[in-house]
Formats: sequence, C-alpha cells, structure tokens
Amino acid sequence: MSQYVLRRLLIAVPSLLGISLVLFIVLALAPGDPFSELATNPNVPPEVAASLRAKFGLDDPIYLRYLHWITAMLHGDWGFSFVSRMNVDTLILQRLPATLYIIGSAQILALCIAIPVGVFAATRPYSIFDQVANTLAFIGFSLPTFFTGLLFILLFSITLDWLPFVYTSDIKATGFRWVVEQVRQAIMPVMVLGLFQAASMTRFVRSAMLDVIRLDYVTTARAKGLGQPRVIIKHAMRNALIPVVTLVALQMPAVFGGAIVTEQIFRIPGIGSLLISSILSNDTPVVMAVTFVFACLVVLFNLIADVLYGWLDPRISLR
Amino acid sequence: MLDHELRTMIDEVKDGRMDRRGFVQRMLAFGLTAPMATQILAVGGVAMAESPSAYKPTKRGGGGALKLLWWQGPTLLNPHFATGTKDQDGSRLFYEPLACWDPDGNMKLVLAAEIPSLQNGGLAADGMSVTWKLKPGVKWHDGKPFNADDVVFNWEYARDPATATVTIGVHRNITVEKIDDLTVKITFTKPTPFWADAFVGAPGSIIPKHLFAEYKGAKSREAPNNLAPVGTGPYKFVEFKPGDIIRGELNPDYHMPNRPYFDTLEMKGGGDAVSAARAVIQTGEYDFGWNIQVEDDILLRLEKGGKGKTIYAVGGDTEFIALNFTDPNTEIDGERSSIKTKHPLLSDPAVRKALAMLVDREAVKKVIYGRAGRVTSNFLNGPEKFVSKNTTWEFSVEKASKLLEDAGWKAGADGIREKDGKKLKLLYQTAINGPRQKTQAIVKQACQKAGIDVELKSVVASVFFSSDVANPDTYAKFYADLEMFQIPMSQPDPSQLMRRFHSRNVATKENKWQGVNFPRWVNKDFDAAVDAAEGETDAVKRAALYIKANEIMMQDVVFIPVMHRLKVEACANTLRPVVSGWANETDNLFDWYREATG
Repeated sequence: MSQYVLRRLLIAVPSLLGISLVLFIVLALAPGDPFSELATNPNVPPEVAASLRAKFGLDDPIYLRYLHWITAMLHGDWGFSFVSRMNVDTLILQRLPATLYIIGSAQILALCIAIPVGVFAATRPYSIFDQVANTLAFIGFSLPTFFTGLLFILLFSITLDWLPFVYTSDIKATGFRWVVEQVRQAIMPVMVLGLFQAASMTRFVRSAMLDVIRLDYVTTARAKGLGQPRVIIKHAMRNALIPVVTLVALQMPAVFGGAIVTEQIFRIPGIGSLLISSILSNDTPVVMAVTFVFACLVVLFNLIADVLYGWLDPRISLR
Repeated sequence: MLDHELRTMIDEVKDGRMDRRGFVQRMLAFGLTAPMATQILAVGGVAMAESPSAYKPTKRGGGGALKLLWWQGPTLLNPHFATGTKDQDGSRLFYEPLACWDPDGNMKLVLAAEIPSLQNGGLAADGMSVTWKLKPGVKWHDGKPFNADDVVFNWEYARDPATATVTIGVHRNITVEKIDDLTVKITFTKPTPFWADAFVGAPGSIIPKHLFAEYKGAKSREAPNNLAPVGTGPYKFVEFKPGDIIRGELNPDYHMPNRPYFDTLEMKGGGDAVSAARAVIQTGEYDFGWNIQVEDDILLRLEKGGKGKTIYAVGGDTEFIALNFTDPNTEIDGERSSIKTKHPLLSDPAVRKALAMLVDREAVKKVIYGRAGRVTSNFLNGPEKFVSKNTTWEFSVEKASKLLEDAGWKAGADGIREKDGKKLKLLYQTAINGPRQKTQAIVKQACQKAGIDVELKSVVASVFFSSDVANPDTYAKFYADLEMFQIPMSQPDPSQLMRRFHSRNVATKENKWQGVNFPRWVNKDFDAAVDAAEGETDAVKRAALYIKANEIMMQDVVFIPVMHRLKVEACANTLRPVVSGWANETDNLFDWYREATG
C-alpha cells in the first residue's frame, strides 16, 4: 500500500510541472497588461509603467520568466500581487479557509444526502420513494447555483429575514455565538452548493448500486441467509462506492468552479472571488498562483481517490 | 454681459455690499452658480469661507458600528498607488488631505488651518504659487506630530519615478517647500488657475514621513505600512484583507471637535451593485452601499417598506454617445480609424445633426435613469459655472428625416437612406451594462424610423475600458461608428476633462491608442479655447473659455450627451452621510453620523 501511494505521488510531481508550464504559457500569451491601469491614467508618464515592467522582468522571454517563477516557487516565493502589492501566498492563505470551509461542508452535506438516498432508492427501484428522489435530483441538477442562490436569498434573507446574505470573514463575536454566526452565514451557500452536488451524486450512487445489487455474489450473500442491511452495507455498498469515489474526486474542479459563482453571490472572500477579480485586473501573479492551487487541489483529490480505491478494492493497489 | 455682471458682483462682495450667500443666490438666478462660486470669489479676490457643516453630535464616539458595503472592495491602502476610486476610498478612511470637497464643490478644511486666498496671502496674484497653513497639534495615529515635513515628503515620494506612484502627474511639475513647521509653499511652473489639485481630495491624502521615508523610490513596495495605514484620520486602522474587508476604530485623538461619531468602522467588498442595494435598502444589513448603478425601477421597488433609501450627489459625469470622425472600416498602414481617413457617413454634418435629434433623452431618463439622471444638452455639465446655457436639444424623428432628405440622403427600397451609393448603416458599441444596452435599443428604434440602420454591439467592460493594444474592442481603438460610455469627472474643474479632446491627444497606432481623444476630432477653435483656458487666471474669463469649448463640441456634434448622471448611493434611513459629487464617497466621512429616528 505505501509503495502504491509513493508511486502515485511520484506521478503527481511531473503532472504538476506540466500543468504549471501550460498555465504559464497560456497566461503569458493571453492579452492584457497588469500595468494597463497605469498606462490609461493620464497622470502617469509611460516611463513609470515601462520601468515597472523591466523591474519585474515582464519583458524577458517566456522561458526565462518561467524559470524565474518555478525557482522562486520552489523557494516558497509565490511572487506578489501587482494590484494589492502584497505577497500572493498571504493573499491566498487569507482566502483559502473560507473556500475550504464552504466547499468542504457542501461536499459533506452532498455525501450525507446522496449516499443514503441513492442506496435506499436502488434497493427499492421504481417505488414511490425512488421516483420522488429521482424527480428531485433532476430538478436539483438542472438548476444552476446562481439561480438557486438568488432564490435562497429572496426567500431566507428578504422574505423571512432569517439569514444574512453577506458573508463576513471575521465575525466579532466570541465563543458559542461565534460558532452560531459562522454556521448561520454558511447555511445558504453550503445548501446551494451541497444540494446541487447531492442531486447529481444521488443519481450516480443509485445506478452504481443497481449495477452491483444484481450481481451473483450479492445473491449468494442473500442465499447464505445474511440480513438485508448487512448485505447492502457490507457487500453491495462497498463495491458500489468505488465509482462514486472517482466521481467525487473528479468533480472537485467542477465544485470549485461552482463555488466561484456562489462566492460572488454571497460575497464569500474565497479563492474563487480572488481569481475573478484578479483576472479582471490582469493581476497575472495571482491568477497564476490561484490556478496553480486549483491544479494542486485537483491532483491531490485524484491522489486521495487513488488511495481510497486501494482501500476499497485492494486488488487495485497491487497492480 | 455675464462677464460684466459677475465682475460687478464680485466687487460688491469685496466691498461688503453683498454677502457671500447672496452672491451664490444671484449666480443661481443668472444660471451661472456655484459649486465653484467660492473659488470664483477666491480668485476674484475674496477669501473663501469654510462651508458650514451639518454635523450635529456634541460628543465624540457613542455611535456604534458603521457598516459600509463597497461592491468592489479596495485592494490596497496607499493613496499614492490607488489606481481606482475604490482604492482611494479605502485609503481615505485613514489618510487625510489638506482639504476636501463638500457636496456643493466648496473647499472644506481637513489638515489645513485656513483656505489660501489673496487676502491671507496664501494665493499669489500671478497664480504661480499657493501657500498652505497647516493645522497645529495634529497627530498621526502612532502619536507622532504631523507637520510640514510630511507634506514635503509626500511630494518627493510621489514625484520620484522609481516609486511608481499614480499621483506622479500631479506632483511632477510643482515644487513644494517648507517655510516653517506649519507652512508649506507650492510653486507652479506656469500660472495655475486650478491650484487646489495637489494635497486636496482623496488622491491628495498625505502619508507619514517617519514610516515611509525609508521606502521612497525602488523600495516602495516593501513598506510594511502599505497594508497597515497610520494616518491622521477620524478612524484608526485595525485590519485589512484586500478585496474583502477593512476595519477601523475611533481615533480618540482626532483633530476635529466631537468627531468621529462611530466607534468602529467596517468596509466590506465584493458582490454586485444590485445585491449591495438590497443589503442596505431592503434588509438593512449594511448602512451604506457605494455606487449603486442600478435601474431606477428596481431601486423604487426595493425602497418600498425598506430600511434604507437611495441618495444622490450631483457631479459632472455625462453619459454620451461619441461619433467617430475617422473611417473604422478602412485600414491605412495597418490601422483602422486612422486619423488620415474621414468617416464616409459621419463627416456629413447633416448626418451628425440628425443623429443628435434621434436620441430621446427624456425617454432614456424616464425608462432607465429615473432619479439618477438629468437631461442635458451639454458635454460639460459641471461645476455649474462652466455649464453653457446657450445650447438646446430636441427629439424629433420628422426633423431628423427632413434634415437627411435635404442633404440628399434618400430612402432606398429597403427603407434605409443612401447617397452616392453609400448606405446609412452605423455600428454602435458600448460596454455591457443594463442601462447602456437599454439606451442603445431606444436610440436604434428612433434611427430606424428615420431611415438609419443601426447595428448594436456590446463589449465586456473589462475589455472595452482596457488599454490592451492587442484587443480590437477597446473604446480607444473605436472600431465602430458610434460608442457610448462616460468619463468620470474626478475634480470640480473641467481642465482635465476638456484637455483630452485637444487635437494633440488623438488616439493612434503610433501612441498605442493611449491618446485620449478617441473620437479623433480635430478643431482649431477648440484647441485654442482649451489652451487659453489652461493658463487663464481670471476665473470669469476662464469659465467663458470652457463654455465656448463645450459649445464648439456641441456645434460639431462630437458627442451626443445622453444623460447628466448623478452619483447614486444606498443609505440606511437613520444614517446622515455627507457625499459630494465632486469627491470620493469617503472624503467627508468625518461628518457622518446617525440620527435616532429615520
């Protein structure tokens, strides 16, 4: 098992290098100048922007710039934001907790809904429960998060006045009140993201379960006289979860994508909203770093998926 | 005539036969008043009075928390690096200038002890220098005294090209010297009628020498206080997360009596204008929402039974349609809209005049801008004393059609007018934005009725307003026949705005389209009027020159003014903010307070 994890880790390194190279080239070729705001300002002479460009090496050839970036990165220097003139790593670390908190909670919520509902629906195909669950799942993943987000705001913030719709990164209260406030402001974004995820995952869990439940070994287990819960949970579910793990892991980039929109709607200071504002202001060091963090997360979640495969089906890690 | 009247009135004020208020009211009657009325008086030889403040609280603090919502959050807190108004707004929470602008465009003292005038010797009669007296006893937030050295340092800091500040343009051509600890003298290289540019308003905020002296020049980025401001303002810095949140708390040593009112301050960033309006007006989660560019009917709906309302500040921002004087469809030396070409359709004055008649400004106001706009026939809409009263506008499809008919533009088989084989087809572009696209639709409809075919195009704002040389869709390249947007007027003086359209500023490939005269309009009379106004120290003559420059523009139909736009802010019913159309929203923050009942 440890050898298997090591092998996977070794594969992750060149993939990250490749990703960073592609990202860097794309960003370097993309139109947009981080100092364009200086250039349009009639009060700033062009020499200022030119000297800044030279100082930050923006006029060097791409390969040199990439080498600079990657060596700096290896030394733990992520560069600094042209817009806020602070270090990129500080900027990202400021934003990461909110994103992880919201996305993590949403993902847990999604799993908590999808697995039981999917499994239960699969054990009683075409029952009323199954049909209701199916219909809701369909509605759930047809509605985009920006729509449900607004709907939630209209209902819970404006009509009912129960929840705040502006996310505050540091709540002034302490102790128990702080926890309550944190939960209160996270309810809507987590619900929006989580329900969207849960909808597509429920359908996936159901079909994976249906595939497994008809296999001979499940029938054998039943024939042995094992009880229904034991057959379902121990025999069928464990195998059905393998493709679900793949789905969850591979969907992480999409979840971050959905979170960008949700972060905008609820004003969550996460890395998604940081990415949007940085792209709009051509703040290349930040865009590069954030997309690279996304890439790392994707690779990381793939790694986690691989490890989980190994745990769920030991044959995989031996191969 | 007006010149004479004004002169007589200024003399009367000087002799004490008329009081200041009377002067302003008389100017109103003449249609020539008056955000800059006091500045007229100042240059006319009458001392400026500080405008009265509506601030009521009788003690410092006790006002609880002030929660501000900026849908674009500030990303840095050094006024010398602030590229947009959002950064200026954020810096201004903690840093202060010598003086700022009140809602009428009058000067209000902040760190200065008195307004420079001819009487007190602050203003040189030749317009070559201004001397500021500083308020004694002002302390930085860390307890160190504020004095003339700080002011001089800010000049040295900003004018150093290696520091790479955005305020370099203001400081490059002046000399600032310390006379004594509380007096500084600014010397200009030529007579400067608008002497209140450096150290005034949000961009003029002053940073402390003792914390930034080591970080002048190439090391400017490394200053730890770039992110943790230590200013002189009413609120002390607590916390800053770029683009997300700024926190401040009451400054117990603030130099103005009974101020500030609020105990803590929070500025939250992010989101969009509509939801910002909602959080202030409808749910009351926040006290103040910045720059609410939202259709009026949405705002009216939010205001019904809400906890807040919208407030308006009058400035000089004009939404306009610019006409291209060059041909966007012919390429010369790899350059479209080259200054060497002439627009095949718009070079006909009759077409331009007809187009101006086809913009139904009343309808645009009624349907789109509502309370946030005023119809206008001028490009230059403020301050009031620079606004022409001689221009008019009308909307008439019949007259426009007749004008075109008489000029030889006859309707073809498809109903579109043509002349010499050229069809009257125009491409009309703008930045993606609800009100702008609705305006486009209204104009297109009227044009259709008059036999002009208009094709609409809208470009994402971040591309449209960028200076990206590789992108063909920027406003400066102007690869269209008509384009619509606004140029924010950031100071109560038209020189910066009008200078843009001097013929030496035409946008071309050569200057990488950084020339700011994007309609590529060349007019000798306009150039002469603007040049003359730049060096004219006689306020009355100067105003007349700018009025004339605007009239030349309107005569030539370089711009079709669509709307004189007001600043719109969302505000809690109980909050009493002071917002000027001539300054940043946070410029008068020290005067904000809350009243117990809305």
